[in-house]
Amino acid sequence: MSFLLEPLQYAFMTRAFAASVIVGVLCAVMGTYVVLRGMAFLGDAMAHAILPGVAVAYILQGNLLLGALVAALVIAIGIGLLSRQGTIKEDTAIGILFAAALSLGVALISSMQSYAVDLGHILFGDVLGVSAADLILTAALAFVVLLTVILLYKPFVVISFDPVLAATMRLPADLLRLLMLVLLALTVVISLQTVGVGLAAAMLVTPAATAYLLTRRLLPMMLLAAVLGALSSVVGLYVSYYLNIVSGAAIVLAATLFFLLAWLFNARTGVLVRRRSPR
Amino acid sequence: MTIEQMPGERDRLEVQNASLGYGDKIVLHDLSFSVPHGARVAVVGPNGAGKSTLFKALVGLLPLRGGRIFVHGLPLGNHKDCVAYVPQREEVDWRFPVTVGDVVMMGRYDHQAWIRRVSQEDKKIVDRSLAQMGIAHLAQRSISELSGGEQQRVFLARALAQQPHILLMDEPFTGVDVPTQESTLSLLDDLQAEDVTAMIATHDLGIAMEKFDVMLLLNHRVIAFGPPAEVMQQQNVLQAFGSHLTVLPDGSMIIDEHGS
Repeated sequence: MSFLLEPLQYAFMTRAFAASVIVGVLCAVMGTYVVLRGMAFLGDAMAHAILPGVAVAYILQGNLLLGALVAALVIAIGIGLLSRQGTIKEDTAIGILFAAALSLGVALISSMQSYAVDLGHILFGDVLGVSAADLILTAALAFVVLLTVILLYKPFVVISFDPVLAATMRLPADLLRLLMLVLLALTVVISLQTVGVGLAAAMLVTPAATAYLLTRRLLPMMLLAAVLGALSSVVGLYVSYYLNIVSGAAIVLAATLFFLLAWLFNARTGVLVRRRSPR
Repeated sequence: MTIEQMPGERDRLEVQNASLGYGDKIVLHDLSFSVPHGARVAVVGPNGAGKSTLFKALVGLLPLRGGRIFVHGLPLGNHKDCVAYVPQREEVDWRFPVTVGDVVMMGRYDHQAWIRRVSQEDKKIVDRSLAQMGIAHLAQRSISELSGGEQQRVFLARALAQQPHILLMDEPFTGVDVPTQESTLSLLDDLQAEDVTAMIATHDLGIAMEKFDVMLLLNHRVIAFGPPAEVMQQQNVLQAFGSHLTVLPDGSMIIDEHGS
């Protein structure tokens, strides 16, 4: 028991647990759409594209989260606009903007003097350095994103599963897709603190993919992904605390372990269990 | 059941000089026809003649490049729950984690507030639609486990649940088993009894001539529109299918789209 309680006597550790559980849940819920709509590349690109925003915020001594948020929104809207008319394919638009933003970010950061330490934090997260103010901002943003996902559950399902049905229902599909990009951007920004730019995509994709292996309905998939995301964060932080590993990496490795277990033992694709029926 | 119109009411679906296409490319030129209440229209024509294009424009997926389309006398888009579309089966991702019941319930989303719980009435309509298509026993089944015919019935059940005034089906007789073809045809009878207008794109000219009141023969424009016997005259068919058509000595016609 003291093994589990020991880390919690430090205020920075309780903040770290709170922040990473929030991020785990939020990433997993948005990740469900990322997995189902094939947006993994987009999620990864979005995470890297945040870099210039963070760099500018750092130079201006502003809030890094806020800088990341602005950059992510610019990128999300840019991708939406570039690919809206169908002249440029979405993944091409993503490729162009993501590479440009990443280069801009690296250029800005390399112009600073003490970039080495801070770049490490940006790339792999700094969950132990989460301040009380950061935590409040994280919680507030997460609340907004989750509320939107809950309120727009039906239209999001329809545009993801059957765009033609969405058209017959006269849903504002372009607007909903753009909104989904913005929500994804917010999610990636929030996850910057715990797992960093480099690993944000993993938190989006891995818990949701694990849940996809274990259930065949959307709502249970979302809830299970959220539980797995939170669990990965907690397990990862304990591992990080006791083995002295970078926390972001430990969290992602925990999530990956859950995925491997699900892949090996689930009833449909599991290689270590016998199928129930020969279907 | 009368097919006559109420005094002062216009045809259900009126297309006036409509031009349709993707981007700058116009696929269908200057279409004009009007479909009365509860009619069953077979849309036929060679591959690439614009059948799917017409349907996509009618559901609002493609903007009009010219002309006008009216439903109940109002421009397209005013009746949001009026047109239902049964797409070709390849058009959705069948690995999506939803059950058969979930998909059919999507047909009711238009009648619900976005955050409201599903009402008893919605449930009843979904159950009835599933039963009507003979797939009530599959309601809890994941859509990834369905056969082609069952997939089609899921779409048909969803279209029923939408309670449309106009139902569009794209090639519902292609690549499905005989029981599904039969339940699709009996569905057409049920729809007509409920005064629903149905437009079906099909390659099967036999079914089109036998089961439909009206035929629309397309090849980038309207070649002919009217009762099947009139539409399927040799000169019309020749105009639509060209070299794919072979006329036998007894006057019967064979269309071979795979030949030259």
